[in-house]
Amino acid sequence: MHRYIWLVPLLPLVGAAINGLLGRKFRFSERLVSAVAVGSVALAFLISVAAVVNYGTTIWPKTYVTSDDGAFKYTWIPGGATEITEGLQERAEGETTKKASDEAGRVARERGTKPGEAVVVGVTHAPVRRGQGSVLDVEWSYQLDPLSSVFMLIVTGVGLCIFVFATGYMHGDRGFYRFFSYLGLFMFSMLILVMGSNFMMMFVGWEGVGLCSYLLIGYYFDRKEAGDASRKAFITNRVGDFGFALAVFGVIATFGTTQYTSVMSQASAFPIEIIGQWGIMSWIALGLFVGACGKSAQIPLYVWLPDAMAGPTPVSALIHAATMVTAGLYMLTRTNVIFQHSQAMMLVVAIIGALTALFAATIGITQNDIKKVLAYSTVSQLGFMFLACGVGAFVIGIFHVMTHAFFKALMFLGAGSVIHAMHHEQDMRRMGGLRKYMPKTYWTFFAGWLAICGVIPFAGFWSKDEILWNAASTEYFHSGWLLWLIATIAATCTAFYMTRLMALTFWGRERFLEVRAGGQADEAHAAAYDEGKAVHVAIDPSVADRPHHGPEERVGVAHVLEAEAVGEAEATDTRGHDVHDHHDPHEPAGHGQHPHGSVVPHESPPSMWVPLAVLAVLATVGGFVGISPAFAGGQHVGGRLNIVNWLDPVIWNPATGRFGKETSAEVTALEERNKSVAGREAVRQEGSREAPLPTESGEGHAEPPLPYGDTGFNLAHAVQGVLGGSHAAAEWFFIVVSLLAAGLGMGLGYLFYIRKPELPDLWAARLSSLYRASFNKYWIDELYGALFTRRTMDAARAVNAVDSKGIDGAVNGAAWLTRQLSRFTGATDRLVVDGAVNGVAGFIKLLMSPLLRAAQTGVAANYALVMILGLVAAVGLYFGKDILAAITGAR
Amino acid sequence: MILLWQDSALGRMSEGIQHPDLSKFLVIGALLFSIGVAGVLVRRNIIVIFMSIELILNAANLNFIAFSRYLQETGNVNAVAGQVFTVFIIVVAAAEAAIGLGLVIALYRNRGTVFVDKIDLLKW
Repeated sequence: MHRYIWLVPLLPLVGAAINGLLGRKFRFSERLVSAVAVGSVALAFLISVAAVVNYGTTIWPKTYVTSDDGAFKYTWIPGGATEITEGLQERAEGETTKKASDEAGRVARERGTKPGEAVVVGVTHAPVRRGQGSVLDVEWSYQLDPLSSVFMLIVTGVGLCIFVFATGYMHGDRGFYRFFSYLGLFMFSMLILVMGSNFMMMFVGWEGVGLCSYLLIGYYFDRKEAGDASRKAFITNRVGDFGFALAVFGVIATFGTTQYTSVMSQASAFPIEIIGQWGIMSWIALGLFVGACGKSAQIPLYVWLPDAMAGPTPVSALIHAATMVTAGLYMLTRTNVIFQHSQAMMLVVAIIGALTALFAATIGITQNDIKKVLAYSTVSQLGFMFLACGVGAFVIGIFHVMTHAFFKALMFLGAGSVIHAMHHEQDMRRMGGLRKYMPKTYWTFFAGWLAICGVIPFAGFWSKDEILWNAASTEYFHSGWLLWLIATIAATCTAFYMTRLMALTFWGRERFLEVRAGGQADEAHAAAYDEGKAVHVAIDPSVADRPHHGPEERVGVAHVLEAEAVGEAEATDTRGHDVHDHHDPHEPAGHGQHPHGSVVPHESPPSMWVPLAVLAVLATVGGFVGISPAFAGGQHVGGRLNIVNWLDPVIWNPATGRFGKETSAEVTALEERNKSVAGREAVRQEGSREAPLPTESGEGHAEPPLPYGDTGFNLAHAVQGVLGGSHAAAEWFFIVVSLLAAGLGMGLGYLFYIRKPELPDLWAARLSSLYRASFNKYWIDELYGALFTRRTMDAARAVNAVDSKGIDGAVNGAAWLTRQLSRFTGATDRLVVDGAVNGVAGFIKLLMSPLLRAAQTGVAANYALVMILGLVAAVGLYFGKDILAAITGAR
Repeated sequence: MILLWQDSALGRMSEGIQHPDLSKFLVIGALLFSIGVAGVLVRRNIIVIFMSIELILNAANLNFIAFSRYLQETGNVNAVAGQVFTVFIIVVAAAEAAIGLGLVIALYRNRGTVFVDKIDLLKW
């Protein structure tokens, strides 16, 4: 089945093409569009599962590339460099010949050799310099290895859930076919990104997902903030892509190929650059990291992700939580050889990751828009993943990608369900008590909440705990404990703001029945409304993420008047955002008759809560694929089904300089075994991969030291020493600490928002400067605006000034000069040339006209006379001499 | 005897009358032509000018005939082109006279005169 993985990206593309190209023309019904989109993704998912199962049982741990056995291969960019090198060869030969003759001439001159005598000279052959990248052939083929298989499953599996959800969420939208076309195109690009076998294909996918992200953020393109957000995302990503492109050039220049397998095997032979050394590997890693920062929303390029929430909620779930933003993690892990060759870049990745985690988490605490909270939470969780990669635990980073995909997609979809039920209200201050109204959404969301907070045994716990442990025990650089501390604080913040989100949304009073302010999540407007300065009508009904319902939708004033006409009770106090969802058959009949005229939320249809349920199950049990060794007798149990063992073959081990975690002794043992047991089949044996892994041996720590020098104080080792040298005990210590951190965050959240609801305001006032900083997102947008956006505008204005004054001035000046010159020549022409011509004509006229006029008498006889005279003259001229001679001769 | 007579001046004269020399015809033709030209140039009456033109044409006819005869005399018995041409010219002259007189009558009706110095329409 693994031979057919080329179908996996193709199917969503076909689905997208059908929907996008034919959907409008043939007015596809929503059912048809849904069937095409969901069907194509479901098929892709099934093929992925079959392919991965097949791969896992037969080929793993080796890498399978479709061009290897001819399953799918296409030379995408043929490097026509063969001719060039041939030319070089000839040129070199020519140069050598010339050199030889020159040398011979010189020698002959020096020795005074007579002509005809032979001179023997030795000339070193000029070497043909073949550029290292001169035979670059880029092929289009797919790679199936432990890493891409994990991503394939995440992308198609979580994607399938979100596709199904979107069919319910986008119901009634005018651009239904367009939405699913974009979404399918995104799936295609993302699958190209994770399944491609070389950097160029990754780049294609990278740009493709960027484009689709742009299209989908700006899906409601008639709204200014959606357009702004999409452009912001696109431009911010360009900054990152610039670095990525440079890194790819670096890869091509250094390794002469873009094929992962070749690059990685070459790269592992490069010397390691410790801090203080900065070589090509560090440069490439830096470029890749800049790209990853842009795509995965890390400091300093994270600003686009919160704004990207202007897109429809399924988009936020799929692209901006589960898949696209983890592309950076995919790239980091894919190129972990290169990163591990640069100690400085590992440190940078870890620091940026930890800072992003904390920074975004603190912002998330104070946001009121439910999607904004989730967006900052996503940025924060991505920071955790980067931290994991930075401290060398790439596998754990991918593990967190997976669990995060489950619970964050779940929470985004849950938020979408809430927003849908609340008629496109996104402000959590106008929610509350929704548990009663939408139990299915609540309980699934509950699972996601426990998962992200890191409560045992939900999925988030396993991955986050491993990240913290790896940060504390890292041997890649100094001060891992500081990163651990930052990450732990961030984890506490995460638990706190997620509890706050739960409390504000699902628990407590039903504030949507009380708050009279309108449906726009807009502070200033709400305040003005309270003071009676602004009437709440949905003049701009498109603030929230809200599907279009067509021109017949009843919004704002018109709706109020209409309702009054039919005597509806809600007319007096209609909330502006209250768009009637005519499409929803599950809407309670009592809708509209509430004393406050507000809407009563309702549970979402099955197409929306079934995906939620699936994701909730995954968020609950998904973590067991990476169960901590501390729980399992110090081993990564489960064989290749454990994600740590599964991904191990793609991770380079700096201690041994090979891929995989085996220590040198184990490698030697393995090799011997391979020699003794016939062929490579032994490698495939389960047992050989289950060779004792480094974390297993509690005491003695059999793992050889990493080649990054002495890294000084190590928190994990210190704790291990205090706890009597037991490795497992140290791990347990950190597990307890992280659980305590989660408990602290959740307890604080409960205290603040359930037990004593007056506390938030109190503390906000007490820490007002901090609160304002967090609430205003540390003014980073304003800072960037002042530093970059406005500077860019200034530069543009300066360029414009130069253009309009300088260049246009030169052009216009030249034109002016030409005009003046033409005036002068025009005058010259008129006066001198025409004057001369006219003067001559006038002179002739004056002189000749009386003569000629006199000749024309009009009397025929006169003309006849002239004729005769002319005849006589002619005859005289021709025969005059003869006549004269005749006369004289006769005489 | 005959030979003598022929040699005598009188004989030459009678011979000349009997078989006049070509030059005599040409001289007469030239005279006729000159008279015609003079008539065309000096006369005012358009009808007289017509008649003068006839003189010019007939001068030409005379020359044609003379040359034709001369050629026949000198051996080329088939040289009749000049005589044929003369017949043509007479026909054309007759046609011309008919049209011309018609024009003259129309002119007279319009202008009340046949004097060419009064008819200076060519000036315009």
